[in-house]
Amino acid sequence: MSSIVIDRRRNSKGKSTVNRERFMRRYRTQIRKAVNDAVNRRSITDVDSGEEIKISKKTLSEPFFHHGEGGVMERTHPGNKEFISGDRFPKPKGGKAGQGSGEGDASDSGEGVDDFVFQINRDEFLEYLFDDLELPNMVRKELKATTEYAYRRGGFTNAGSPDRLNIVRSLRGAHARRIALSGKERKEIRALKRELREMEVSPEDTDLQRAEEIKARIRELNEKIKKLPFIDDFDLKFNNMIKVPMPSSNAVMFCVMDVSGSMTRAIKEMAKRFFFLLYMFLQRNYEKVEVVFIRHHAEAKECDEHDFFYARETGGTVVSSALALTRDVIEERYNPKDYNIYIAQASDGDNWESDTPKCSQIISESLMPMVSYFAYVEITERNHQNLWYEYKALEDRFENYFAMAHIQTPADIYPVFRELFEKKEVSA
Amino acid sequence: MSAPIFTGSEWNFELIETIDKEIALIAEEYGLDIYPNQIEVINSEQMLDAYASVGMPLMYNHWSFGKQFLSSQGSYQRGHMGLAYEIVINSNPCISYLMEENSMTMQTLVIAHACYGHNSFFKGNYLFREWTDADSIIDYLLFAKNYIAQCEEKYGIDAVEEVLDAAHSLQSQGVNRYKRPVPISAEEERDRQKDREEYIQRTLNDIWTTIPLKFRKEKKAVDRFPKDPEENILYFIEKNAPLLETWQRELIRIVRKLAQYFYPQRQTKVMNEGWATFWHYTLMNELHNRGKINDGTMLEFLQSHTNVVFQPEFDDPRYSGINPYTLGYNIFTDIKRICMAPTEEDERWFPDFAGCDNWVPVLDHAMRNFKDESFILQYMSPKVMRDMRFFTISNDEKNDFLEVGAIHNDEGYRQLRQNLAAQYNIGNIEPNIQVYSVDTRGDRSLTLRHYRHNNCPLDKNSAREIMGHIERLWGFEVKLESVSDDIVIETFRPDETAEEGANH
Repeated sequence: MSSIVIDRRRNSKGKSTVNRERFMRRYRTQIRKAVNDAVNRRSITDVDSGEEIKISKKTLSEPFFHHGEGGVMERTHPGNKEFISGDRFPKPKGGKAGQGSGEGDASDSGEGVDDFVFQINRDEFLEYLFDDLELPNMVRKELKATTEYAYRRGGFTNAGSPDRLNIVRSLRGAHARRIALSGKERKEIRALKRELREMEVSPEDTDLQRAEEIKARIRELNEKIKKLPFIDDFDLKFNNMIKVPMPSSNAVMFCVMDVSGSMTRAIKEMAKRFFFLLYMFLQRNYEKVEVVFIRHHAEAKECDEHDFFYARETGGTVVSSALALTRDVIEERYNPKDYNIYIAQASDGDNWESDTPKCSQIISESLMPMVSYFAYVEITERNHQNLWYEYKALEDRFENYFAMAHIQTPADIYPVFRELFEKKEVSA
Repeated sequence: MSAPIFTGSEWNFELIETIDKEIALIAEEYGLDIYPNQIEVINSEQMLDAYASVGMPLMYNHWSFGKQFLSSQGSYQRGHMGLAYEIVINSNPCISYLMEENSMTMQTLVIAHACYGHNSFFKGNYLFREWTDADSIIDYLLFAKNYIAQCEEKYGIDAVEEVLDAAHSLQSQGVNRYKRPVPISAEEERDRQKDREEYIQRTLNDIWTTIPLKFRKEKKAVDRFPKDPEENILYFIEKNAPLLETWQRELIRIVRKLAQYFYPQRQTKVMNEGWATFWHYTLMNELHNRGKINDGTMLEFLQSHTNVVFQPEFDDPRYSGINPYTLGYNIFTDIKRICMAPTEEDERWFPDFAGCDNWVPVLDHAMRNFKDESFILQYMSPKVMRDMRFFTISNDEKNDFLEVGAIHNDEGYRQLRQNLAAQYNIGNIEPNIQVYSVDTRGDRSLTLRHYRHNNCPLDKNSAREIMGHIERLWGFEVKLESVSDDIVIETFRPDETAEEGANH
């Protein structure tokens, strides 16, 4: 009886993939919640990592009938040192300590007792984060002469380099050619063979000479067929590659934020989270996303992420200055033909009274024709400020392109984000 | 003396085949009767996959296997857990998985342990012979996997999950302990599945008919249904639940069949591991005696063997119960010793075989005809108890102290041995729960009873949660009574709050 040894290492490893998906599917609500919590902890451009997900073990329980504490329990243990039958000890406090842990929690050592922890990768992370959301008005921008092209397979040609040779096609062609070119001969062979068979049926009036002639002729024809070349230059077929222009998959996101004295650290923190969500969302839809940070008080300035969130300045608030700068930057660097432009503005809504109409003028006349989406969030615990009412008119005018929402506490951020980017029914 | 077959730690397929032939030769001389071996080399990721499907080469899909996978993958990647060197499956041919990372010495050890130790145990032990069917298990798994996949397509993943979740929670209550099931192959299973559909519907009508008794021709005294309490709850539900669809009954049956397949393994942990360990030790030593492996290999092996049979003492932080490898190995080794070099004590305790010198048939008999409980009761000698220094602690909830019971001395040996054997009696370890009655003429409610052993109560949370599962299967009210001396002490009903877990 001999054994068989098999190398299974090449076999697929992903046997558990389906079960893993089942697990994620079942607990998607919990995972989504864990993902949302994680978002709040991350830096704005840190999207390249997965995430550790924690779910309470109680939620995941697979119950089975077992004994609880109580009754008479007798257990035998190894390693007696000085015990003698009849020795008594007070029961250890806290239940099971002295009882040996032979039952129950055997698995998952090293984890907290209460949480089941596992990793999801970046794609899954984003998947859960942006489940059911969509980018409004996403347009693939056509590029002009300077655009990049990509090669795609497109049919077959008769000429090409040897590495593109399509063997199946070529041989199929050769086969067809051989059939086509030998048609006349094979037809004749068939006729002659039929004649031969008839002679065999009635051998008495067989014309021996005629039979010999037929046999010779069949041989001759077969020779002729054999001479057809097996494969000809003419048969060779090559995979054809064609050039196709690639639509742009670039996007730029403008983060516009008020950094005047009234914007506290907490408010900026909330704005940051909102921008972060938007950034990750864009990342998922576009190959390349650029981010432009514009902060403003009485005047606007382009800056880096750190200054954007951590620098504090004081001064009046002139929102239009930031919008004007945004317009200038777009005109200078981001041609709307090449970029999908998204603007997210965060503010506490407190603007210098006479500047407000100017804001809506810049937005409606200069920005809206160029951008894919403009989102405004007002972060304040107070009542709506003047900017809100001004923008309200814009929202009606640029339906689907302009959206605004009100954030009061950190808990509002994600719901507001979802509301702004909720998948909408296709409107005719 | 021949040259050693290998000296380095690198393995290759030729070496594995050569060493396997050598081991086979020795095993045959010792009369080990085995299924043909199918040795498969896998990598760590595949090992994780195998962990997640209860060690089987194929398994139906379920989220709990995904959970198991994520958990072992996490622990493995963070270095909390090493992977097993091998997994072996009770099938014919006997499939063993060897890890690619093992050194050649480890591969040799693993082949001796799994392909000859466990393999011969699967083939020889009466529980496995009677209760499992090694020839058809792989076929059956294939049938189960396809059937469940079809159901998912037809009725949706959620609907299938609901039944499987419920059935999984009753796995331990889904085995026949005393009746032998008839093993059948996947093909027959498919054919029979059709017949079953009709049959079940017919018998169900008998039980649930609403025609008043007096109008029925046969007047039977149907005072109580079921007539006798039924311990296989899954079986009972599969056959008698009023509202289940046929496919749902089939799913329950699949879970039940697999639970039955694994049942012998749960009852022979000590014997099975002890037997395999004893044989890898014997076979490795014999390889060494014959010069097939060198001293270096032997040292590496002994180190690994020592780890396998390491038993932390009760007050060691590493202690987590009795190591089945150690206990089983010690008992088997001791039987051999008693045969070869008995003491006066052994002759009193084991007059049947002490000093008989030919230990191979004695061991073979022990392997074939016992399970953990009876094996310990029959074969654990005073020497083993002394060596492992066993003692019993008794914890009565009525007392505020723990008391030391029997210990390893002349007065204690018999009691100690009984105590330890009882600890491996599944009937004691697991709660004894049975179907008690069904109100067939009234509200169709189902009553289960838990018969207390030593007055041990059920764990309340899990009990309530499982009652929810049972109610979903049964379709009408269910309750579970915990009974001691015919007095109902506690009653469990499904717990509404336990529902929050899964959300679909």
